[in-house]
Amino acid sequence: MRGEVPGPVLLEVRGVSLSFGGVHALREVDFLVHQGEICAIIGPNGAGKSSLLNVMNGVYAPDRGTITYAGETRKAMRPHRAAEQGIARTFQNIALFKGMSVLDNVMTGRALKMRQGLLWQALYWGPAEREEIEHRARVEKVIDFLQIEHVRRTPVGRLAYGLQKRVELARALAAEPTLLLLDEPMAGMNIEEKQDMCRFILDANDELGVTVVLIEHDMAVVMDIADRVVVLDYGRKIADGLPEEVRGNPEVIAAYLGVPTAADDRALKEAS
Amino acid sequence: MPGADTFPRLLIEHARQRGERPAIREKDLGIWQTWSWAQSLEQVRALACGLHTLGLRRGETLAIIGDNRPRLYWSMDAAQALGAIPVPLYQDSVADEMAYVLSNADVRIAIVEDQEQVDKLLEIKPRCPRLELIIYDDPRGLRHYDRETLRAYEDVQSAGRDLERAQPSFFDAEVERGQPGDVAIMLYTSGTTGTPKGVMLTHDNLILTGRGGIQRERLTADEEVMAYLPMAWVGDNLFSYCQGHVAGFCVSCPESPDTVLTDMREIGPTYFFAPPRILENLLTTVSIRMEDASAFKRWLYARCMALARRWGPAVLDHRPVPLAARIGYALGDLLIYGPLRNVLGFSRVRVAYTAGEAIGPDLFLFYRSLGVNLKQLYGSTETSVFVCMQPDGQVKLDTVGTPAMNVEVRISPEGEVQVRSPGVFHGYFKAEGASAEAKTPDGFFRTGDAGFFDEDNHLRIIDRARDVGRLQDGTLFAPKYLENKLKFFPFIKEAVAFGDRRPEATAFVCIDLAAVGNWAERRNLAYTGYTDLAGQRPVHDLIRGCVEQVNADLARDPRLKGSQIHRFLVLHKELDADDGELTRTRKVRRGFIAEKYGSLVEALYSGVPSVHVETQVRFEDGRTGLVRADLPILAAMTVKDEGPRRAA
Repeated sequence: MRGEVPGPVLLEVRGVSLSFGGVHALREVDFLVHQGEICAIIGPNGAGKSSLLNVMNGVYAPDRGTITYAGETRKAMRPHRAAEQGIARTFQNIALFKGMSVLDNVMTGRALKMRQGLLWQALYWGPAEREEIEHRARVEKVIDFLQIEHVRRTPVGRLAYGLQKRVELARALAAEPTLLLLDEPMAGMNIEEKQDMCRFILDANDELGVTVVLIEHDMAVVMDIADRVVVLDYGRKIADGLPEEVRGNPEVIAAYLGVPTAADDRALKEAS
Repeated sequence: MPGADTFPRLLIEHARQRGERPAIREKDLGIWQTWSWAQSLEQVRALACGLHTLGLRRGETLAIIGDNRPRLYWSMDAAQALGAIPVPLYQDSVADEMAYVLSNADVRIAIVEDQEQVDKLLEIKPRCPRLELIIYDDPRGLRHYDRETLRAYEDVQSAGRDLERAQPSFFDAEVERGQPGDVAIMLYTSGTTGTPKGVMLTHDNLILTGRGGIQRERLTADEEVMAYLPMAWVGDNLFSYCQGHVAGFCVSCPESPDTVLTDMREIGPTYFFAPPRILENLLTTVSIRMEDASAFKRWLYARCMALARRWGPAVLDHRPVPLAARIGYALGDLLIYGPLRNVLGFSRVRVAYTAGEAIGPDLFLFYRSLGVNLKQLYGSTETSVFVCMQPDGQVKLDTVGTPAMNVEVRISPEGEVQVRSPGVFHGYFKAEGASAEAKTPDGFFRTGDAGFFDEDNHLRIIDRARDVGRLQDGTLFAPKYLENKLKFFPFIKEAVAFGDRRPEATAFVCIDLAAVGNWAERRNLAYTGYTDLAGQRPVHDLIRGCVEQVNADLARDPRLKGSQIHRFLVLHKELDADDGELTRTRKVRRGFIAEKYGSLVEALYSGVPSVHVETQVRFEDGRTGLVRADLPILAAMTVKDEGPRRAA
């Protein structure tokens, strides 16, 4: 969708604040996600990026503010409900079942779509068998999409880190999400792995029509693939716009280079 | 199948005689998809007609680039049905190499697998003015591309089906016009020296040669074959495409290049071909996994393999074996050999060939002792592969067997191997001079290899004729012979020997990252990557051991003992085809390396203790980087008649 007019609003975060004891993770954050875009959230460590993702899929309930998704405005999302409504995510520190094969891990992404009960699934007979085959076919499409055929039967724990990240993305895509939240999908990868991952994220956005919100530190990556960039610093949104606009923003530069600004001084005062 | 003397006619004939039998398979989305001969013919008809609507005419070329896939094999059939010449290219070629071949072959239309290849072609299009149209198989990622130069494979086929409805006899008429003497395919030689040349092979060349091989090995329509080697390589063309068409057996394409091992195991090929490099990788995988096994399993494996090395080849060749050994081998087969063959996908292999490079005796014996009928074969693109092959029961380590059916082989007075056969090529494309030079006036192809026939009329190849040189004292110096001996050690991936017109032989060595890395881990030797590992002293000692063993071996051969390796160095980077150091078939380009690393070669002879080097490396995406290192010059013990001594 690069260069095109943004689609309708898919998710809106309005006036969200979140604190843990005395630590203010998010302060009055407003933020829109448009359908079909790739939106990057950047900011220094501890800026509240992961907290914002966690608010979006209901892991955290904000102290103040609302979240509007799929036409419903709520005080807080609930993770289970968010997943049912098409929000999938990956985690900063990989959260896969290490002892299970890639295939089984990706199959868990289909869990919410399974209609047959546990007993039927265990018996693997009749409708349960048909259903499993249907889900397996979809999972195979995802495996093909992310090019992990060669490790289909390999236990996840034996895979290289970069591949594990890809498996996590596969599991998220297996849920056929509308909105995909990626928490540092490229952390710890080498250049080649990063390029592959960028390709996959762009392809998921392009071919599968998935809206993507991602947290990323590598500015080159962000500038390359994001349609829009939101910058957080000390839990506050300090910029929101096209990658080129954000890159030139003095406040953003300061936040990244650590030059004290008026906003910094305020934050320091508030903190003390 | 008499009467069917071109590939399209063979296809039609099979569709008629065994229309429902499988012709080609591919694993897709985790499931083997099969197309029968009748279905294949339908696919080819639609594609051929579609290509005609795009203006592909008799005598023109069609480039084909991608991994082994049914659709790309059908593209060959379709081009041949129209009398056009398919030109398969190595899918991992860098843009420059591709640009050369595409413009040399006057390619106007290319059929490619996916976005990666489309991107590469679009990049070089300005340099290939004749390239007009790219047909892609996999549309993924291509949604926003300029439609002008791109067509989807399906769209070409549906245009073809429209043409078929309008002119139902068009396809058959085109096939009728084809002659067995027409050029069926053009394959570019790997170009160990100079630029690649397009080798034109006719339907007759391939079909007669392929049929000869089928008769000699008694292959049937029930064989199972994996097509996993590059389509641009004559071996894949002959073993998969040609012999599949002639004998009517089914060819299976792997799911992806990374899944070949699993896919092989599922298919269980009966007829198998692998260059030594692949067999070596397989053995390395086995060895590494065995080292991780429990002590009891390692013991059992060692015992059984010792027994197999002693008696396996004899059992395979039906030679007399004592009863006790026979029982022991049968037990070993139950416990180790059978399961191992199964893991490797060799359970059903009846005939397996290796060729392309010399194969190490240990490696070769490993497979034969497991009961895999692995045999050596000698040939080249220009001879449609088959020149010599080892007959069943007469397999020797250092020869390539006896001449194949209808093949005449002679040794010229200069020691060059020359071949005359129905498979000898038509000529090089647009290079009459080179074509004329390649053949003798009486029609023998000059292979450029130096060799001789042994007492049993088996051909033995020593080296490329022009590479064989002399040391300053006149001793015979066959670099490839030395390199192969070094490469037979699992720790050494590549070696480059120097010595022509020099006082003594020396070598560059590249370590095998997987094998040496594993070795290092076992010794708690920390390393960050290739360059670091290759620079460590324990690794140098390990490699020195290998070199000294080679010297001891050479000392036993009176003709070669003068060419023992006195000094060597361990290179700081792997030799890579992307840097021009290897050909696409991974043969060392010795001349290029000697020039590129001239300072290193000089250091080997000037007596300095170490040499500093900086090398540009090219990554797959075209970017370049710099690798720096200080390489010590290492001395190896050589064996003299009066006993061993360490060289200066």
